[in-house]
Amino acid sequence: MPDAPLGGNVKNSGRIGLWLGRNWVLLFLLLEVVAFSALGTRFLTLENIQNIFVACTVVLLLGMGETFVIITGGIDLSVGFVMGFGAVICAKFMVILQAAGLPQGASIPLAALICLLIGLIPGWVNGTLVARLKVPPFLATFGMYGIAYGFSEIISKNTPISGLPHAAGVIGNEYLLYIVPQKMVSFLVRPQNITRLEMRSMLAIIPIIVVIAFIFVGVFSFLLRRTRFGRHTYAIGGSMDSALRAGVNVTAHLTIIYMISSFFASLSGVLYVLKYVTGRADAGSARMLDAVVAVVIGGASLYGGTGTVKGTIIGALIIATLETGMVNLSIPYHNRYIVIGGILVFAVVIDQFFPELIGRRD
Amino acid sequence: MFGQGLTQQNKTAQRVLLYIGERWSAFFLLLMLVVFSLGAPNFFAFKNFTNILYFSTTYALLAAGETFVIITGGIDLSVGFVMGFVNVSSAIIMRNLHAAGHPEAVSMLIGAAVGLALGVIPGLINGLLVARLRVPPFIATLGMYGIANGVALNLCEGFPIYFLPPRAREIGNGFLAYLVPGKGFSFFHRPQNLDAGDLRALTGILPTTVIVTVVILIIFAFILGRTKFGRHTYAIGGSMDAAIRAGINVPGHLVRIYIISSMFAAVAGVLYVFRAGIGNFTTMSSSYELFAIASVVIGGASLMGGKGTIGGTVIGILILMTLQTGLNITGIPSFYRYIATGLILITAVVIDQLTPERRTISA
Amino acid sequence: MENPMLEVRSLTKRFGGLVAVDQMDMQVYPGEVVGLLGDNGAGKSTLIKMVSGVYHPDGGQIFFQGKEVKMVSPMDALELGIETLYQDLALAENLDAYSNIFLGREKTKPFLGFIKVLDHEFMQEESKKVLNRLEIEIPSLHNQIKTLSGGQRQAVAIGRSIYWNAKLLIMDEPTAALGVHEQRKVLDLVRLLRSQNIPIIVISHQLYDIFSVTDRLVIMRRGKKVAERITKDTTPEEVVGLITGSEEVERNNRPG
Repeated sequence: MPDAPLGGNVKNSGRIGLWLGRNWVLLFLLLEVVAFSALGTRFLTLENIQNIFVACTVVLLLGMGETFVIITGGIDLSVGFVMGFGAVICAKFMVILQAAGLPQGASIPLAALICLLIGLIPGWVNGTLVARLKVPPFLATFGMYGIAYGFSEIISKNTPISGLPHAAGVIGNEYLLYIVPQKMVSFLVRPQNITRLEMRSMLAIIPIIVVIAFIFVGVFSFLLRRTRFGRHTYAIGGSMDSALRAGVNVTAHLTIIYMISSFFASLSGVLYVLKYVTGRADAGSARMLDAVVAVVIGGASLYGGTGTVKGTIIGALIIATLETGMVNLSIPYHNRYIVIGGILVFAVVIDQFFPELIGRRD
Repeated sequence: MFGQGLTQQNKTAQRVLLYIGERWSAFFLLLMLVVFSLGAPNFFAFKNFTNILYFSTTYALLAAGETFVIITGGIDLSVGFVMGFVNVSSAIIMRNLHAAGHPEAVSMLIGAAVGLALGVIPGLINGLLVARLRVPPFIATLGMYGIANGVALNLCEGFPIYFLPPRAREIGNGFLAYLVPGKGFSFFHRPQNLDAGDLRALTGILPTTVIVTVVILIIFAFILGRTKFGRHTYAIGGSMDAAIRAGINVPGHLVRIYIISSMFAAVAGVLYVFRAGIGNFTTMSSSYELFAIASVVIGGASLMGGKGTIGGTVIGILILMTLQTGLNITGIPSFYRYIATGLILITAVVIDQLTPERRTISA
Repeated sequence: MENPMLEVRSLTKRFGGLVAVDQMDMQVYPGEVVGLLGDNGAGKSTLIKMVSGVYHPDGGQIFFQGKEVKMVSPMDALELGIETLYQDLALAENLDAYSNIFLGREKTKPFLGFIKVLDHEFMQEESKKVLNRLEIEIPSLHNQIKTLSGGQRQAVAIGRSIYWNAKLLIMDEPTAALGVHEQRKVLDLVRLLRSQNIPIIVISHQLYDIFSVTDRLVIMRRGKKVAERITKDTTPEEVVGLITGSEEVERNNRPG
């Protein structure tokens, strides 16, 4: 007996309610922005908004990797320390290459590339453990967390790495576009030779780091939404057995998924190096669980099968907005844990009680 | 393949392998003790072993509570911060009562009691979230982790809490018995009238905190292994659906389980106050709960639920603590222990996967 | 007599100490519908899972179109043209209907010249066509199938198995969750496919279905083949007896 179709009979008010319910994360974000703008000072400025985006990049990138993993029903607890591992490797190679005489234009990208390649290794190990040896993801990645941390400490000898090429910091802290009103427009290079007055009215648009991050986010979002690979990722999360029987090569696919996760973690490490001009083993340790939180707030379920990049982006922004806003209002930092803990639980409870919000995509 | 015309030797070899495989963590602990004793000069010493036990107590309590939760197929990520939260709260109460002039015993007792009572709350919330709102345990306890973290930081503002009743520290660092070789022996109190020479020879036997911990562990191991409550715990982990249909009050049971877990964390927090003499809280302590979870798994539990014992967990703790102490003594930098822990953990799971299922839960 | 499309010889599968399939011999010829019968635990599902690549045989051989095949994974079987409708449907609950029908073999179209993107329109169109053949109402192709009823899910699973121009179709309890009208549609479908010379193996407990569409019956008990019958030469009573073992007599009746 066919089910009574819901789509056609819901009245307009119900439709709006449905839309509200399904997009509550976005609304929450907007609410946050409104609240902080009203309560704080100079919150809704170009500079501050860009700060929020910069602040969210770590959680966002770690969250991107987690999104893929969580959709398949797994979890990656190693991302925090793989990020540190990546930061250390990247910084180390920058120093080495520079000492070997390479110009900055070459040493920086080359070091970054090496780091990203080496950064695939932890993911490969995780994936093999999970897919071939059937180790539960929680434990496999937790083991890797320890191993990555240990290696990072060894390589960095427990001190932050210094002596990096100067240009690294430039990339990490500068903007794409500078506009001095009525005077000039400059790409990538901060205008020098301008008066104090002009400097105050100068607009800096889009931090380079944010650009780099969002390029990768965009590419992988496309991958997840529009390709076979993405579709199979959801299928494995829905039912690994069904995917297997339909001919999907689950073992290889899962290995790649965990490699994607460690790729994003090391990418985040590279951006860390660019921003802070140093590499340290504990670079990502504080943000590890935030990444999972962002993904879950964004709508994914830890049981697998659901989740979107868009949701993760909003989740990361919610956290970053909250932190920036709290600083703005001088609220002590540690309260953010309480709020985020609350949002997290709320997010999951909503998903439990309104499953129809997830079930439909009309 | 197995079962096809094996010789007698092969069968025996198989049986031995199976025996070792099922108890590998115990064997591994033994192996570690031997290796470290041979490799490091001071390892095989009474003082060292006492140290290992001493430092294990906090983790052992956290891991014991975690064992109950993991057997039901859940997980509790909040234990580290609940411990911190209770630690800070009871310290504050002790300090305030003491400053108000109340006798030390009273302030300590009330501080401890309140701390333990507070420990019920996070567990209750976790349990309700998991059992009634069907929030995945990972998320529920992750949220609680954050909340406990925030509340504790609010209470102490990041600073340790000083000015506690001085007796607290004495009790926490006390031993069951004291021995001055050839001179005297006394229970609970340090012998009086000792000269310098005697003091140096004074050894403490069995720290009180260790005894308290061991007693609690024995009690709960009994509960887990031999009571209906314990049996139901395993049943829920095996199949929640089957447990429900057999008439077990699963939601109520789960709430109790999470309360047990946070109570263990609370006890750990209170003991900490007694041992350190201050209330303290560090924000980056997610190593506590992950360490505890690792021990439980190394000790033989499965994250899917249905398996695990307190004894196994204790062995897991001892393995990790021995590792850490051993590395310290032999002078190997401490971050190697992260690598080692990770490897041991992964090995534990792989061995578990490879060892064929044979055990039933024995009484 | 033409060669069998599928032949298994001495096929064996063990799980630990249990022998699930014990030296099974079976042939399936083009254009015939073979009913695979047996009580619970007889080994039917295990047998077909070896033919569909899910399990690896512990002994014996599988021949498809005369050549021996070793299947390492389900994709090998699918590429040979062996389609399977599993008893538990093997669907991904979190995906919608057309994604399930195309699961593992999604149709792509080029994007910007070289990137392969999912071709949703094509998959939806084709899915609509195949589901119309089954005449089962699915409210919307876009909703996750966990919102569908059991019968609708079965339709999606059947749709997947018939869409891909199978050379051999295996159906494990195809009418289990269906109403009477829909059951009849499925049986008509089976007859249609047979008329197109496609061989089909049907596992079913519904003797009515068995007797209305099959040409030949293979009966298993405890992993072994205990009998073969030509459907029109036997009766439900005899078949039940062979399944449960109350009839020990075996008359070998191979189609000539």
